[in-house]
Amino acid sequence: MPQYRHHILVCQGTGCLSSGSTGVLNSLTSEVRSQGLKQQVRVVKSGCFGFCMQGPVMIVYPEGVFYTQVQPDDVPEIVSSHLKQGKVVERLLFKDPETHKPVQEFDDILFFKRQKRLVLKNCGAINPENIEEYIAQDGYFALAKAVTEMTPEQVIEEVKKSGLRGRGGGGFPTGRKWEFAKGAEGEPKYVICNADEGDPGAFMDRSILEGDPHAVLEAMCIAGYAIGSHQGYVYVRAEYPVAVSRLEIAISQAREKGLLGERLFGTDFFFDIDIRLGAGAFVCGEETSLIRSIQGLRGEPRPRPPFPAKEGLWGRPTLINNVETLANIPQIIRHDGDWFASIGTERSKGTKVFALAGKIHNTGLIEVPMGTSLREVIYNLGGGIPKGKKFKAAQTGGPSGGCLTEEHLDIALEYDSLLAVGSMMGSGGMIIMDEDSCMVDVARFYLEFTRDESCGKCTPCRIGTKRMLEILTRITEGKGTEKDLNDLENLAQVVRENSLCGLGVSAPNPVLSTLRYFRQEYEAHIHDKYCPAGVCQKLLAYEIDPERCKACGLCRRECPTGAIKGAPKQPHHIEAEACAKCGVCLSKCPFKAISRGPGSRRPEPGLPAEVAAGGDEARVHPDSGSSLVH
Amino acid sequence: MSCQCAPENRTPDPKQVKLGEVFAKYKGVKGALIPVLQEAQDIYGYLPADVLRQISLELKIPLSKVYGVVTFYAQFHLEPRGRNIIKVCLGTACHVRGGAKIFETIQKELGVADGETTEDLRFTLESIACIGACGLAPVIMVNDDTHGRLTPDKVKAILAQYE
Repeated sequence: MPQYRHHILVCQGTGCLSSGSTGVLNSLTSEVRSQGLKQQVRVVKSGCFGFCMQGPVMIVYPEGVFYTQVQPDDVPEIVSSHLKQGKVVERLLFKDPETHKPVQEFDDILFFKRQKRLVLKNCGAINPENIEEYIAQDGYFALAKAVTEMTPEQVIEEVKKSGLRGRGGGGFPTGRKWEFAKGAEGEPKYVICNADEGDPGAFMDRSILEGDPHAVLEAMCIAGYAIGSHQGYVYVRAEYPVAVSRLEIAISQAREKGLLGERLFGTDFFFDIDIRLGAGAFVCGEETSLIRSIQGLRGEPRPRPPFPAKEGLWGRPTLINNVETLANIPQIIRHDGDWFASIGTERSKGTKVFALAGKIHNTGLIEVPMGTSLREVIYNLGGGIPKGKKFKAAQTGGPSGGCLTEEHLDIALEYDSLLAVGSMMGSGGMIIMDEDSCMVDVARFYLEFTRDESCGKCTPCRIGTKRMLEILTRITEGKGTEKDLNDLENLAQVVRENSLCGLGVSAPNPVLSTLRYFRQEYEAHIHDKYCPAGVCQKLLAYEIDPERCKACGLCRRECPTGAIKGAPKQPHHIEAEACAKCGVCLSKCPFKAISRGPGSRRPEPGLPAEVAAGGDEARVHPDSGSSLVH
Repeated sequence: MSCQCAPENRTPDPKQVKLGEVFAKYKGVKGALIPVLQEAQDIYGYLPADVLRQISLELKIPLSKVYGVVTFYAQFHLEPRGRNIIKVCLGTACHVRGGAKIFETIQKELGVADGETTEDLRFTLESIACIGACGLAPVIMVNDDTHGRLTPDKVKAILAQYE
């Protein structure tokens, strides 16, 4: 085996692939060869580091130097300067968003330094397409330990002791789920890995499958041993082609090595895993829908109980766990339950992976101990809000969750504390919003998503989400009334209490939580026909700056509604009543004289308290809805 | 079953041959309908009515049920699709970073609405809710290529890469 002087890990996760890391990898491989370093430098394809916005990224060991936004053209310099002469290529280093100073080593970047990577331990550290690298990181050791040294009862006991709770959203104790599945009568039993990650803004499951697929397979085997199952399925979204291909490679390598299939580790235990591809339905993340989808049916949920642990796939006892939940299992078995339980908080053990996105410096995946504060995540790991803007809200739990505001910055991120303030952990998506984000628009966005994804089986969800969306759309268009707010709240309660599955039950959450914390924004849209964040298209005002206007007439000719008036050599102006707010003038003006903004409030800024409390309809119907510009 | 697509011609239709292989592969497999539909769509580019009839007969599932499944899942298409599929992400991260503007620009550029195909079958335009590349928002996918950190003025050059 050659003694390599350098190992270079080039991220091949979906994020980096999208920014062109295949080209970087190819160029690195050929450059290393052409500069005669083939015996000294090993180039490795790795999984996701989590720092997707800085992609393509690579890390050079043994120094641990982290290069960001590397393009194929940069590669010759990295090879000749860094690999040959030991001189780090400074311009490709990550620059600290606060100090603007380049940070040389991976471990010194706050984004990584403040993380506790258990689930993501191997992501970015090993080649996910090579089972031997996984084995070298103690991979499949937990499975060996389970099947040769432990009884199924002991395995379940360790998982129970660990306090691990489901990471897919619900937070149900994993050990108890396993116990139910083990205790259920009926043969055969099945283990399903739920990789139908559909929450917009969440991509931890994809990264785990892409970066460390064997951890999930190993966990499924362990689960199979614990509950007495011999067949597992991974139900994964077809929209994740890279994850699917890595899983396929991992399964075939595990079979070759005898780590899947007959007589595992010389015992009588046997287990195999197949992949089922989702076909594009968000509701299939719900376990009963997922089961129906694997059976080749429409993915509609059914009432529970009976729970899948009792009556699942083909009517047999079925254990369904989410990807991230499973990825914790091998480490729990390898150490023990108490070790895992020592991390996190009283009722939420271990770590949680969050997908940070939206208006934040460092978008990407992070893993922190349960109980970490929101402030720590946003300001230390996330690097704060770009462009000096003010933090407004963090939406956790995607379309099923709610928002956290400035007053919650010191909240501990764990299952129960999030529920207490009307949000939820969900799968761990975290979208950060700044002062330029309109919360009514955000609520409308999520409702549009749940309306589209509602399977249509139960009425409260099918019609309730549609009606709620109609009301929200009205409000964002400046046509809302005070009654709309009451209707919205009532409807939200009805949908929440009467829907059949989690999709409908949680669909009103974004509405209820934005109403709870940002009611004044709804009221501004309704009473003042004013969008404080300047987002809602129909409520925007276009204005021409008379100083800058050269009276060229271009905007006047382009305006589809003839709202722009003016004569040659006279600064033009926009007649607000006629303006359709299409924005054509803004895009056409060669002198940048046209601006778009929230306009001004009507009738008066600041809302009297009685409007917020009661339904004085006469005053909430200002007859001239569109006159924002003066 | 015999090929009905080209009764005059005795040489077997290569697509039909492939479809036959799919049927053979899933013979006797429980719950095969969705994978069979997925592979049939890979062969034909969409799911023609004749193919659905064939699948119904072959898997012994009533055509109405097959149709029910096809229309339930967003992935299946009953109409021919363009040579290049543009998927514009309108997920949360892209939404707050201006995904809608990108979508609008492409609609204008191609003259088609969401879910439609251009007349020359060059492009099909679709909106989707998150491809999980939130770090690069706003993002579109053309076929299997992802294009991130977009602004409306970059759209034209990207579309030009696809014939």
